[in-house]
Amino acid sequence: MLIFLAKSLHLLEIVFVMFDRIRKKLTVLADAAKYDVSCSSSGSDRKNDKRGLGNGHISGICHTYTEDGRCVSLLKILLTNHCIFDCAYCVSRKSNDIERAAFTVDEVVSLTMNFYRRNYIEGLFLSSGIFKNADFTMERLLRVVKKLRLEEKYNGYIHLKTIPGASEDLIREAGLYADRMSINLEMPTESGLKLLAPEKSHQDVIKPLDFVNKQIIQFKDEKKLIKHIPKFVPAGQSTQMVIGATPETDKEIMYTADTFYRNFSLRRVYYSGYIPISNDTRMPIIGTQPPLLRENRLYQTDWLMRFYGFNIQEILNDQNPHLDTDIDPKLSWALRNLHHFPIDINVAPYRMIMRIPGIGISSANKIVEARKFGKLRIDQLKKIGVAYNRAKHFIKCIDSPFQLRDFQAHQIKAFILTESESKYLKNANNQLLLF
Amino acid sequence: MVYLFDRSLEGLLTSVFEWFERRPGKVTLMPDVGHQPDAFMAFLTIQTSREKADRVLKGLLKRLDRAWLRKLYCCYLSETPEAFNHIFQFCCYVFKNHVGAEKNYGDPHVLAISKYAKSVEREKHRMEAFIRFKETKDRVFYCSIDPDFNVLPLISKHFKDRYGDQQWLIYDHRRRYGLYYNLKTVEEINMDFNNKLSSGSAVSFMDPKEVFYSTLWKDYFKSTNIISRKNTKLHTKHVPKRYWRYLTEKES
Repeated sequence: MLIFLAKSLHLLEIVFVMFDRIRKKLTVLADAAKYDVSCSSSGSDRKNDKRGLGNGHISGICHTYTEDGRCVSLLKILLTNHCIFDCAYCVSRKSNDIERAAFTVDEVVSLTMNFYRRNYIEGLFLSSGIFKNADFTMERLLRVVKKLRLEEKYNGYIHLKTIPGASEDLIREAGLYADRMSINLEMPTESGLKLLAPEKSHQDVIKPLDFVNKQIIQFKDEKKLIKHIPKFVPAGQSTQMVIGATPETDKEIMYTADTFYRNFSLRRVYYSGYIPISNDTRMPIIGTQPPLLRENRLYQTDWLMRFYGFNIQEILNDQNPHLDTDIDPKLSWALRNLHHFPIDINVAPYRMIMRIPGIGISSANKIVEARKFGKLRIDQLKKIGVAYNRAKHFIKCIDSPFQLRDFQAHQIKAFILTESESKYLKNANNQLLLF
Repeated sequence: MVYLFDRSLEGLLTSVFEWFERRPGKVTLMPDVGHQPDAFMAFLTIQTSREKADRVLKGLLKRLDRAWLRKLYCCYLSETPEAFNHIFQFCCYVFKNHVGAEKNYGDPHVLAISKYAKSVEREKHRMEAFIRFKETKDRVFYCSIDPDFNVLPLISKHFKDRYGDQQWLIYDHRRRYGLYYNLKTVEEINMDFNNKLSSGSAVSFMDPKEVFYSTLWKDYFKSTNIISRKNTKLHTKHVPKRYWRYLTEKES
């Protein structure tokens, strides 16, 4: 009896020590992975087959939000933060004196499964520092996803990093199990990247992005002919750029994004405001505020490009290389192009209605549907969800008040600014100090 | 004139039938429980009838597409008296007008239906996101919820598809019923076990592994936060405080 008790106590101790070790690893490796902002779990309709666990949700689910307001959808971890590279902007760089750790394949699989079963997460986001070489790292990542899909019958979301320089066979095989793959551009321009990470170049990123993109297209074509073709990266590819570490203009950033959207049919480009993590004099020093407002404006521009039918040259060009900080890019485009306005809500085409400040996609859809049944009035517009105080300077509807004089752009801007208060107002001053 | 119905979906559809039978002009639909008779307003209690409801449903099926039928159903699940009345008015409106009239967002009832449907769908989505299962000793993954609207019928499929290889139980303790998945089908269950579970002994029902994983999850939640980007306003906008009691990561 006593021996049995001693044995079970010993077992308990082992379990406890193991738990403690995993706890430590998770803290280190989640901390190192958090600067990758990609969080989306959408775009994959992977079904739960063979009575396994998990399925994709086409619009994704954010299971919680961190205290900085970012969504937590995936268990975002590095396999290891050991790295042979020394990129100045990265916490895991070789020369940085931090705690290093590495998960085993089984640990990642067990964490993912148990978190998923409790509905904590929507899936796994697995990245890694480069240890030994690219192929060795990619092979380890591949082993994790294969084990999840084949042994554990896991059908939840998997976002996998493509390791630049890994062999095409490994990348192709990984694509059969992952829902999304991504490689980070890191710096918006080649010169910026060369400054902070001399060992890397944009070409390293472009090659695998292009390879995966061509594979996706090929698999889709084959799917048209043969029904039972396996899924290949069904949620497509994404990339990320660090903003504010090097002195690029907004124009340079967005033109790069636009090129990558077009050339590699990316689903998303993420803009990650640089959070100072080192005393390197080439970058903003520790204690500098992260450029949150700038990040927000870049995302707004990104949305205008992807969903509102704007051409990037209309928003950013040589005359306007930077986005306005005090007003959003759509409003600032409208103020520069007052000759298009006022737009008559009751007759204008859909693409013009989308360009009115204060009207979003869902309001625009409702307006186009509703006006078939009769001319729209101001009160109806308000109920549909139009931000009327903003839109009123740019629209005409059936009962718009008659106006004798035309206002100038700066007057309209002043009207709108006095009526609204920016949520970033307290950050706005810090922003200007940066540049 | 006021129509009173028994809060059932069939009762609601029957009242639409009765309106077209009698055509009494302007009518407001109200639930019968808690109705206060008004001296200046005549009222009629609708006798729920399966056949009449079916006929109205058939008519709706012909006129509305799936998306709109779902909107109506969501609106019904919001369980608010105003929503019931809006459904009633909307149905009458759809039958009186030609096909396609449901897209008239200038109409107050059309707009109201889409608004109610939107908030019910939002609540449904929040439940899909914020439910946190705890594994009990008998290997059932359990969670109790208290949603603003009756969303259990809407989330059933999602959880069945997702957790096909584990038994789970989601219990709505405001409406006193739950869904239990027995590895084959989802069953509706009624039981009164709240008192036992809400008392301090709840931990003893749980699998010992549960403490490990909830601690790991809390650790993860902490270490994935970037302190220099702290934005409490945005945080509470996405995760309103009334949901915090569901969330493992918000437990102290």
